[in-house]
Amino acid sequence: MSFPILSFVTFFPVAGAVLLIFIAKERANLHRYLAVAFTLITLAASLILYFHFDGSVADPQFVEKSGWLGYGINYHLGVDGISLWLVLLTTFLMPIAVLSSWTYIQKRVKEYLIFMLLLEAGIIGVFVSLNLFLFYVFWEAMLIPMYFLIGVWGGPRRVYATLKFVLMTMFGSLLMLVAILVLYSFYYRATGVYSLEIFDFYKLVLNPQVQGWLFLGFALAFAIKVPMFPFHTWLPDAHVEAPTAGSVILAAVLLKMGTYGFLRFAMPLFPDALEKFLPLLSLLALIGIIYGGLMALVQKDIKSLVAYSSVSHMGLIMLAVFSLNMEGVEGAIYQMLSHGLSTGALFLIVGILYERAHTRLIKDFGGVSSQMPVFSVFFLICMLSSVGLPGLNGFVGEILCLFGIFKSSQLLAILAASTVILAAAYLLWMYQRVMHGPIVNAKVRTFKDMNRRELGYLVPIIIMMFWMGIYPQTFLRKMDASVARLLDRVHNRERIFATETGGTVLRERERSLETRPDLLAEKALIDLEEKE
Amino acid sequence: MFWLIPLFPGASALILAVFGKWLPKKAVSWQACLSVFASFVVSVISFFGLLQIPAESLPLVKTLFPWIQSGSFQADLSLQLDPLSSIMTLVVSGVGFLIHVYSVGYMAHDKGYKRYFTYLNLFTFAMLILVMGANLVLMFVGWEGVGLCSYLLIGFWFEKHSAANAGKKAFIVNRIGDAGFILGIFFILLVVGSGDFRAINGAIQGGVVTQGMATLIALLLFVGATGKSAQIPLYVWLPDAMEGPTPVSALIHAATMVTAGVYLVSRMNLLFTLSGVAGQVVGLIGAVTAIFAATMALTQNDIKRVLAYSTISQIGYMFIGCGVGAYAAGMFHLYTHAFFKSLLFLAAGSVMHALSGELDMRKMGGLRKYLPLTYPTFLVGAIAIAGVPFLSGFFSKDAILTRAFAQGQYFIWALGLMGAVLTAFYMFRLVFLTFFGQERIEQQAKEHLHESPRVMTVPLVILAFFAIVAGYVGLPVVFGEKANLFGRFLEPVIHPGSEAHLGLSTEWMLILISVAVALCGIYIAYVFYLKSPQTPHRVVARFPFLYRVLHNKYYVDEAYNAVFVKPLVNGSRAVYDHFDLRVIDGAIDGTAAAAGFAGKALSWLQSGLVKDYALAFLLGVALFLGFLLF
Amino acid sequence: MIPLGYFIGLSVLLFALGVIAFFIKRDLMTMFMAVEVMLNAANLAFVALAKAAGSPAGQVIVFFVITVAAAEAAVGLAIILLVFRQKKSIKAEDMRLMKG
Repeated sequence: MSFPILSFVTFFPVAGAVLLIFIAKERANLHRYLAVAFTLITLAASLILYFHFDGSVADPQFVEKSGWLGYGINYHLGVDGISLWLVLLTTFLMPIAVLSSWTYIQKRVKEYLIFMLLLEAGIIGVFVSLNLFLFYVFWEAMLIPMYFLIGVWGGPRRVYATLKFVLMTMFGSLLMLVAILVLYSFYYRATGVYSLEIFDFYKLVLNPQVQGWLFLGFALAFAIKVPMFPFHTWLPDAHVEAPTAGSVILAAVLLKMGTYGFLRFAMPLFPDALEKFLPLLSLLALIGIIYGGLMALVQKDIKSLVAYSSVSHMGLIMLAVFSLNMEGVEGAIYQMLSHGLSTGALFLIVGILYERAHTRLIKDFGGVSSQMPVFSVFFLICMLSSVGLPGLNGFVGEILCLFGIFKSSQLLAILAASTVILAAAYLLWMYQRVMHGPIVNAKVRTFKDMNRRELGYLVPIIIMMFWMGIYPQTFLRKMDASVARLLDRVHNRERIFATETGGTVLRERERSLETRPDLLAEKALIDLEEKE
Repeated sequence: MFWLIPLFPGASALILAVFGKWLPKKAVSWQACLSVFASFVVSVISFFGLLQIPAESLPLVKTLFPWIQSGSFQADLSLQLDPLSSIMTLVVSGVGFLIHVYSVGYMAHDKGYKRYFTYLNLFTFAMLILVMGANLVLMFVGWEGVGLCSYLLIGFWFEKHSAANAGKKAFIVNRIGDAGFILGIFFILLVVGSGDFRAINGAIQGGVVTQGMATLIALLLFVGATGKSAQIPLYVWLPDAMEGPTPVSALIHAATMVTAGVYLVSRMNLLFTLSGVAGQVVGLIGAVTAIFAATMALTQNDIKRVLAYSTISQIGYMFIGCGVGAYAAGMFHLYTHAFFKSLLFLAAGSVMHALSGELDMRKMGGLRKYLPLTYPTFLVGAIAIAGVPFLSGFFSKDAILTRAFAQGQYFIWALGLMGAVLTAFYMFRLVFLTFFGQERIEQQAKEHLHESPRVMTVPLVILAFFAIVAGYVGLPVVFGEKANLFGRFLEPVIHPGSEAHLGLSTEWMLILISVAVALCGIYIAYVFYLKSPQTPHRVVARFPFLYRVLHNKYYVDEAYNAVFVKPLVNGSRAVYDHFDLRVIDGAIDGTAAAAGFAGKALSWLQSGLVKDYALAFLLGVALFLGFLLF
Repeated sequence: MIPLGYFIGLSVLLFALGVIAFFIKRDLMTMFMAVEVMLNAANLAFVALAKAAGSPAGQVIVFFVITVAAAEAAVGLAIILLVFRQKKSIKAEDMRLMKG
């Protein structure tokens, strides 16, 4: 493929944004149609990626590489089995998000859609970058449209929410930047070559001490993004205040950037540090699962309930990632996609309710099923998908995740299995309070059932839910090679230090190597060459 | 061919779900019922086909496609046919068909008619997947599927708080069991490497599974079974489930879904046999539940609640059978119970239908005059469940109790016997209160009193017929070793353990004791409710405390609420308010505030005066120079 | 020949006087004059050192400094004039708009 498809998928939305700039702001409908068109074309282009993707190859495909600013800063894009699906998730959900905003956003529609398109570009860029500098640029670039989306078109506490979101994320990113720069200098000292390429950094073997600090830098940034306990508190505020489409993209895609970061950077770059911090991280993930579930149980606002459920689900994903086995990691990636669909759908559902009721508080509803029967079916399916009912997407991901966790630690799996009960509890209880029972609030009687546009954007999600639940092979088989390679990197590297040095000699070695990083790196590259 | 069995109701459910709105009501009725009938036909054909196949080539497995596959986790969409699943498919599709037909009459005036049949078909589909799944994961899919349909059907009249609550309760309590089930599956995957039943049985027979591991796995699976089959401690959802339409209670909460736990234990019989302890636990819990539920049935005034507790109790018997190693006996009771219990529920529904929805027995009485078909069929069901000889219940209950005694489980046997007395008593209490004695019917109901339409009574008659004859395929050993056709049919699946044998005279003795006990119960009920109707009031007056405890179901629901639910919710709320909002958010907001404070604290440096800035320059330069020079 | 030290000493003295004057005086005009004094002190030092080092570089710098001083004086005085029109005062304490 000589056509730079990845660049196209990444930057075509930017072209859309630019086009929108030149169209007068009064022509809101034209803006809307154009935005949908651009996102749909991007989706179509990304489907080409799917069809030509070879699931048996572990290396990135559709690679585009060219020099950019020099000094190791290159323009390097590529997708592999891990990032392919995240890109597709983004391009799939974007048109849906735009469609859901049709009547929701009435003022400054032009700017809103421009930001949505820029957001799409930023997100896809994060997933396809293979150069750390480029990755960082996209990572930060994605924050800016989100900041505006929440801050301008959000709810009453939007300024607080968006500042909290941006500042917390940036705090983490800053530490990651420092870590990147340190890696950069290490690589230069080891090889004399300036590089910021991920695959070059994979070759670095670092002293465990150093690894620990660098790992923390990256891990903190991603942990805030996931969000892992105790860095989760920006999420409920951001979700409650964000407009529907903002919440959808935030929950469905942005959160996955954190887990993706762990899979792509934090884990393979620093396997020894990972081993050291694994108990702590696993514990935090487990706490996230249970704590998120319990907090979801007592929320009064539907959106914050779904937000906490996201904390819980992401906790399960992270715990599965930390299981470091095939089932767990594939389950985690699958669950990322699945959670993207189910939580995205739930936020769309809440949006539909909000457009009618202008409130998201559970107590203001009740008996909606009698008034909106078609909607109640859609709500039910989305809810069950989040609960993890077999036949829908949530089950496949959940069972693989739990099994992966089980393989690495039975105790953790037993505790994590409580999510099966908790999710049913908080979701069914919420569903009952909102949809069942008699109608008590007069406003509910004015609700109209779903219109064609709403059906139009929910039906594709429902179809995907069933597809993912009934025939997961489509998705799983593309991941195998890349996940196997990742696990190889993480596991086999763990042994380099252990087997080569075994115990006290390691410490001695550490000390001498610590003062001679150039020797260390040299040795590492020699080892690597010997292996290959 | 057999793999088509679940397909018919599944396809029907799908069609109804998507296109139901536009289909005429009659078409919906015909489609729904015929699809289940088609399943039944194929089940029968498969059953006869199965008889031809030698035991070694069982089970027959058809893999439709690989479903989930990742690393060592492999779950295919494979359906299997063997004697055990064959019996289950016959029961599910047969009884299911009759209940579908009955529902056409019962739900005729309900505005959710089409939705009802969609759910009912979906349920049948899920249940068939459950019993035909060739591996544990697929079985679990069916397991959850029936849980979903149970939720949807219990909460069918969701405008009522009680119904919505009941549905939610059922789903969540089931899920607690499911967590155990999932862990059990994982252990099996870890030890055996596959969830496929053939592989599991092969592994157990090959000695791969240790006794300790077998116990652990069996107990975990049994936790799941207690949830689905409403045994102690997870039975609390079943009485509330009576909020759903009566045919639902008949199908789901009597004949099929609640028996899934018994099916699971029977399917995994090798595992339970290997672990001796697990079998003990199963038997004990079954026995205790049997008595416990029977005592609660004694004082209920709601006709359906009595039947609900009765179901819990009878399933307890099935687990007694499994627990003492007599899995075939347990399955036999499952099979007969399907007939007479669904008959009882449908007949009760018929009574309710006749009385325009009344279900309080205190407002019934003397109905046998008005319901010439419902009454006799109900009576047949009551006689069957009480264990009166010549009807099916007698054969199956007796089989269980005899085997329990034979295995030396005298305590369990005694409990079972006591339960039998109570069963006979409360069943006939129900019969006498409803159909005999003084008429206490409300005036308004009396005006509309009528026997049910044929579409409802015909299934009753058919079920009554089976309630009578179904037992003859499993005659006790006293009639010869070969008489137990049922047990022999199941042999390829239920590997007979060490079956102790009793002497012929002991067997007859036990039979006589069972009969005596049953007749005793009936007689006592007769005395209490027909001969001297003041007796119950006098007894209650003498033991008010006991009555209150029984009537309030031992306050178990209240206890669960106080010990688990309320603390969890209130505790979480407290944690949310005080920890999440105050501590974590506080830390973050505090950091922001600290930054602001630091800014303010240093702002005095920006005085706005040129002189101050110039001074700063000067000091800076001086410092710098000083640094350079020294 | 006058020793270099005397020139530097004079330059330092002048600079010090300028600094002191800058900090003591309260009106902008005088502070400005003090700045000019400081600049010229620097010029003096440059010239002396240029002569001592024998390199014309220092003298070239002096030309730069004079030019800059002139430009700065022009602009600065214009600003003072405009500020006076606004605030009716040329006391330094009254110029506090950049506070905080």
